[in-house]
Amino acid sequence: MTLLDTLRTALKAVISYRIRSVLIVLAMSLGVASVIILTALGDGARNFVINQFSSIGTNLLVVLPGRAETAGAFPGAVLGQTPRDLTLHDAQLLGRLPQVKRYAPLSIGAAELSTANRLREVTVLGSNENLIPIRHMRLALGSFITQGSERSAQIVLGAKIAADFFPHNPAIGQRVRLGDSRFLVSGVLASQGESMGFNTDEIVIIPVDYAQALFNTTSLFRILVEANNHGEIAATKQAILATLKQSHDGEDDNTVITQDAVLATFDRILHALTLAVAGIAAISLIVAGILVMNVMLVAVSQRTSEIGLLKAIGATSGDIRRLFFTEAAWLSLVGALLGFLLGQLGSLLIRILYPQFPAWAPTWASAAAIGIALITGIIATTLPAIKAAQLNAVAALNRK
Amino acid sequence: MIRLIDITRTFTMGEQTVLALNQINLQIASGEYLSIMGPSGSGKSTLLNIIGLLDQPDSGQYELDDKAVTDLTEIEQAQIRREKIGFVFQSFHLIPRLTAAENIELPLTLGGVPIDERKMRVQNALQAFELEQRANHRPAELSGGQRQRVAIARATIMQPSIILADEPTGNLDHQIGAEVMLLLENLQHQGTTLIIVTHDRELGSRANRQIAMRDGKILTDQTRDTP
Repeated sequence: MTLLDTLRTALKAVISYRIRSVLIVLAMSLGVASVIILTALGDGARNFVINQFSSIGTNLLVVLPGRAETAGAFPGAVLGQTPRDLTLHDAQLLGRLPQVKRYAPLSIGAAELSTANRLREVTVLGSNENLIPIRHMRLALGSFITQGSERSAQIVLGAKIAADFFPHNPAIGQRVRLGDSRFLVSGVLASQGESMGFNTDEIVIIPVDYAQALFNTTSLFRILVEANNHGEIAATKQAILATLKQSHDGEDDNTVITQDAVLATFDRILHALTLAVAGIAAISLIVAGILVMNVMLVAVSQRTSEIGLLKAIGATSGDIRRLFFTEAAWLSLVGALLGFLLGQLGSLLIRILYPQFPAWAPTWASAAAIGIALITGIIATTLPAIKAAQLNAVAALNRK
Repeated sequence: MIRLIDITRTFTMGEQTVLALNQINLQIASGEYLSIMGPSGSGKSTLLNIIGLLDQPDSGQYELDDKAVTDLTEIEQAQIRREKIGFVFQSFHLIPRLTAAENIELPLTLGGVPIDERKMRVQNALQAFELEQRANHRPAELSGGQRQRVAIARATIMQPSIILADEPTGNLDHQIGAEVMLLLENLQHQGTTLIIVTHDRELGSRANRQIAMRDGKILTDQTRDTP
């Protein structure tokens, strides 16, 4: 029997037993579709997080005071020491490192922002002119606290704050009061919404030394450092740690987080999560495979006399085995392809409903889902096909 | 040319061993018209199945066209069934989901005959058995006589040298049965060996050579002088 005839004959059988075939194809396709949709969700979550991280800057290193150690709670407390603060001087030292393209010190606090007739509490960021390029922020209007202006009393408002305080007239050039000091509004940030749980629409930015004066402190919350290029991130990290150690009397009491390390961690976690949900969904494919086995076993016993006849008119055991395998392969193939379409459709629906969520199933997941569907379908037919091929022709013919 | 030497076949039913064929020796020449008669359980169907290579003897030698076939592989036996033997059954054994034409085509498909030649040969067979109008009907839509004609068309499509018929008229009324017998006998006139198993004496007596069986043994073997 030629391959083409085997394919045609098996396809004819698939079409003849319509309800049975539709049910199997449905089970198979739901399994495949669930693998595709769940991996699309998992991979979408991964890409979503990566995009969020990329949006906060490139080649970014974050210096924070104190040192997290894996041994014990925090060593400073045990030894009766407090970690040294990061100071503006430290930041300036880092700025002189050859690997550092630019830096932005960060001081954070809350203060009352007021005009003649409005007053509210706002989050205040103290920094320098490099904050905008390092953090990939954008200005909607005016200029940022400009170069060398760390001493000038300028303020940049978040988009929502600007709209709240100056709904009718332009904010630029207006005077506002922050705490006890007066500031001149030099710019307004473009609305960027939430980024890493931090809403830039509702902050104000002032020069870092004003912020330190306002909060009555000499310490910094963070120093953001941008390395010259991606390849130098590790070297930059070492240079920063060495510089700070020297500045802090040989005490290694600061932590540098690289964006890459955080990203890689999230990437790993979410990739593992994707694999886990894909694995769970794949169980439904195995269930579908068992269903195929059951249905093909029923088919063999239903078609016993047909198998006997095929043997009588010259079919070999191999012919009969191949016919049943091909039938199962057709069912699995149609189920897998339908499931692929359903899965892609489902992912598309998610992308339409949640445009910021990149729910694309990775190619490996689609390929694996289709592959597993075909393989389980065909493996599941081994037993029924062998059973059919081994039937005794005389007994099979006499069975009604 | 069929030659059976000391063919024995036993079945185990529960604890009992039944001797279905007991040292059968039989020689059938090409083109013979032979009927095998006997009561139920006499072994006549088993004999037919062994001649048709559907069943294997426990001992003895079977030669077909001077070639020992008992020890052939499963694939070689399947090939002989396909090319040299045509089966006609009491219950027709048509595949219900296939049309009359597709049922007739089946042995050609199994034999890997190219599709154009297949269509042509099926068309000729439909004509020869007056089934052209019914070609695209499924077995459920055919009368008993038409079903058996489809079955005979299928059995002869590979132009076998032997036709084995097990109670071919058992499910048909008298007149239709007679028509079917004429079809089969017509094939025999054209040179095909025709072996019919029946317990109907009248039907069996139409054959030139009549064998009577009982308890797995050949009781009588008579040949008529004139056909």
